[in-house]
Amino acid sequence: MATLTGVLARPSGYTGVWSWITTVDHKRIGILYGFTAFAMLLIAGVEAGVMRAQLATADSDLVSPGVFNQMFTMHATAMVFNVIMPLSASFFNLIVPLAIGARDVAFPRLNALSYWLFLFGTLLLHAGFLQNQAPDAGWFSYASLTEKPYSANAGMDFWALGLLVLGTSSVAAALNFTVTIINMRAPGMSLMRMPVFIWMTLITSILLILAFPVITVGLIELTMDRNFGTHFFMPAGGGDPLLWQHLFWVFGHPEVYILILPPMGVVSEVLPTFSRKPLFGYPFVVFSGITIGIMSWAVWSHHMFTVGLGPVANSVFTITTMLIAVPTGVKIFNWIGTMWGGAIEFKTSMLFAVGFVFLFIIGGLSGVSHAVAPADNQQQDTYYIVAHIHYVLFGGSIFGIFAGIYYWGPKFTGRLLGEGLGKLNFWLIFIGMNLTFFPMHFVGMNGMPRRVYTYPAESGFQLLNSLSSLGYIVLFIGFVVFIVNYLRSSKNGAEAGHDPWDAPGIEWSISSPPPAYNFAVIPEVLGRDHYWIVKEQAREAGQGTPPGEAHVDERTIHMPSPSYWPIVIAFGVTWIAGGLLTHYALSFAGGIIAFAGVVGWGNEPAAAESDH
Amino acid sequence: MAHGVETAHHAEEEYTTTGLNHRKLLMWVFLGSDCMFFGALIATYMVYRGQSLNGPYPIDIINVPVTTISTFVLLCSSFSMVQALAATNKNDQRGIKIWLLATAFLGAIFIGFQVVEFNTFKNEGLTLGANLFGASFFTLTGFHGAHVTLGIIWLLGMFVLAVKGRVGPATALDVEILGLYWHFVDIVWIVIFTLLYLIGGFDAGPAPASGG
Repeated sequence: MATLTGVLARPSGYTGVWSWITTVDHKRIGILYGFTAFAMLLIAGVEAGVMRAQLATADSDLVSPGVFNQMFTMHATAMVFNVIMPLSASFFNLIVPLAIGARDVAFPRLNALSYWLFLFGTLLLHAGFLQNQAPDAGWFSYASLTEKPYSANAGMDFWALGLLVLGTSSVAAALNFTVTIINMRAPGMSLMRMPVFIWMTLITSILLILAFPVITVGLIELTMDRNFGTHFFMPAGGGDPLLWQHLFWVFGHPEVYILILPPMGVVSEVLPTFSRKPLFGYPFVVFSGITIGIMSWAVWSHHMFTVGLGPVANSVFTITTMLIAVPTGVKIFNWIGTMWGGAIEFKTSMLFAVGFVFLFIIGGLSGVSHAVAPADNQQQDTYYIVAHIHYVLFGGSIFGIFAGIYYWGPKFTGRLLGEGLGKLNFWLIFIGMNLTFFPMHFVGMNGMPRRVYTYPAESGFQLLNSLSSLGYIVLFIGFVVFIVNYLRSSKNGAEAGHDPWDAPGIEWSISSPPPAYNFAVIPEVLGRDHYWIVKEQAREAGQGTPPGEAHVDERTIHMPSPSYWPIVIAFGVTWIAGGLLTHYALSFAGGIIAFAGVVGWGNEPAAAESDH
Repeated sequence: MAHGVETAHHAEEEYTTTGLNHRKLLMWVFLGSDCMFFGALIATYMVYRGQSLNGPYPIDIINVPVTTISTFVLLCSSFSMVQALAATNKNDQRGIKIWLLATAFLGAIFIGFQVVEFNTFKNEGLTLGANLFGASFFTLTGFHGAHVTLGIIWLLGMFVLAVKGRVGPATALDVEILGLYWHFVDIVWIVIFTLLYLIGGFDAGPAPASGG
């Protein structure tokens, strides 16, 4: 540790801006992920607002077709890669170590690196806006639209390089959580005692690890086509644009489950807590999750029914796509079975979880309808698909995430979110969501194409589109109510206490917010719903409700020390990518910075001796 | 055998659920990820096999005998890697240094062959932009070469530590993880050599590839 660590003194302390920049605490990194992703949610939401304003009336010329293309491209790209994935990552960070009874993740500095790569990758992806060169070829970026002759400005380079950096971040995080979950469970927590959210995190992480390299290759080939003269996706040089579609969707379909499995895990925690019943059919929920993970690799060509793969391929992918609906349906029946006969308590979190089940059924059913290749020929590239994707990703993922925010949020702020504003928040978003996206089923089936900036008055689409745009306003107010609720409750909210919901998870046995070391004593896990068992045993012994674990002196517990190197490496890696857009010298400089960071990291012990 | 002394050190290692060290598990999972990376690159090559619109075609320039030599050299480096780990476990300080350096050296020879090969191909008209063969060949073998280069840098870093006397049974896991990576990169090359040289190396012209 002689050389590079000497240049920068080892950071220490737990306050101030520097403590956030150098933090390796999974809870703080989770909070950073959460706030960054929520800011991106607002930006991508405003982009959606531009589209809804444009589409509110027929033959509108509020924005140009070019701007409209940028809006739908960046709205979708950001929502997938900068909002839903990092919001899930935020929950992974906040919850996983607490729920498995660990003090941190397996690789705290790698965890910090994941966050900084995510932040810088997001900035690189959006940097095109500064030069009015935002990506504009859709979030799927079909070749050969993305090639230099058809997409001359640097927008697609920002897109490809930004996603490469984001992919590195996701794989690093997924490796970390896979090892953490496999290797850092508290004694007694066998695999089949893990909370379902932890199971879904594990499956999601494995999907990320295996799916991202495929899109990485696609992005590299795209970048080489645009900058180094290859013809991977250029028919003029013999290349096949369909190869891009295959690479994209081999990644893209597991990606869909990467977006939905974590919220499914959240809902599987929330429903039992507020039904006061253990999850119905736990093994079925777990194994259907695993089945979905495996089968997600065998359905990608259902995104390509109309490209002419032939009847055999279309039939095979029709069948596999219908089959994957089975494990999803199993989960839905288990959630309903959990609520059945339970003493249901409709807290805001529960409302969002029930809303998730309700809306996901609608999204799932429209999904099965385009699993049928002939029906899909009618639906392809219409607003029917837009309706479907928003019922599963908004009605599904975002509702699941909100259920999680209302459920787990108090664990980290120490204060309950307001129930009154919370219910207003739920109903506004629930009504706004249906008002916005339900009409899209009808305009879509009537033939309104997606990704087109306007429609003629005589098409008869005006009324339903106006309703959708009205729904956007309701949604917007719903999100404002959430922000108000968050700000108010973080100052004046009721004290949450360590276990506000009488919940079953281990994380509720420690104080809110948890101390830096999480558990003073690593718990011995007694069963699937550990904390319910503990509380039941205490009641039977006539001891009443056990209090939260008492705090101990932080210095007595050996924790990983903060580090500068993660942000240094992330900065260098981003410049390697950014330099490809401007001067290769910058890439070289970025490489040196990253290499110096790696050397510094390698020479630094995970925990400084003085921190004992 | 210095094992007795070292077990005390190992006992301090953190508890893990599976008993497998975190970093070793991380490397295994990462290699799974890397399999998909090379899988996608190899798939690109196979899809475009025989699809080039113009030459040079593989039969015109692929030199199987020369690459057989560099393949043999790379395979030997796996042997020396195994020896390096064995020496580390036995705390044979001289052996550690010799075998680590030998592995890096053999890897460097392989990279040297690749540099010469790339230059020759370029002079014979095969560039990234020449045809689909050039694009998919250089991308796949180039990324493999980058993996080998990274491995060499890692080996040299480990060698520097060995010179300082900081490699021994207590740090055998570090050498083992490096070995996992190195062997993986070798195995990938066996696949590449088989597909791009032994099978694809004799492709001529834009005839449709057999077996699709």
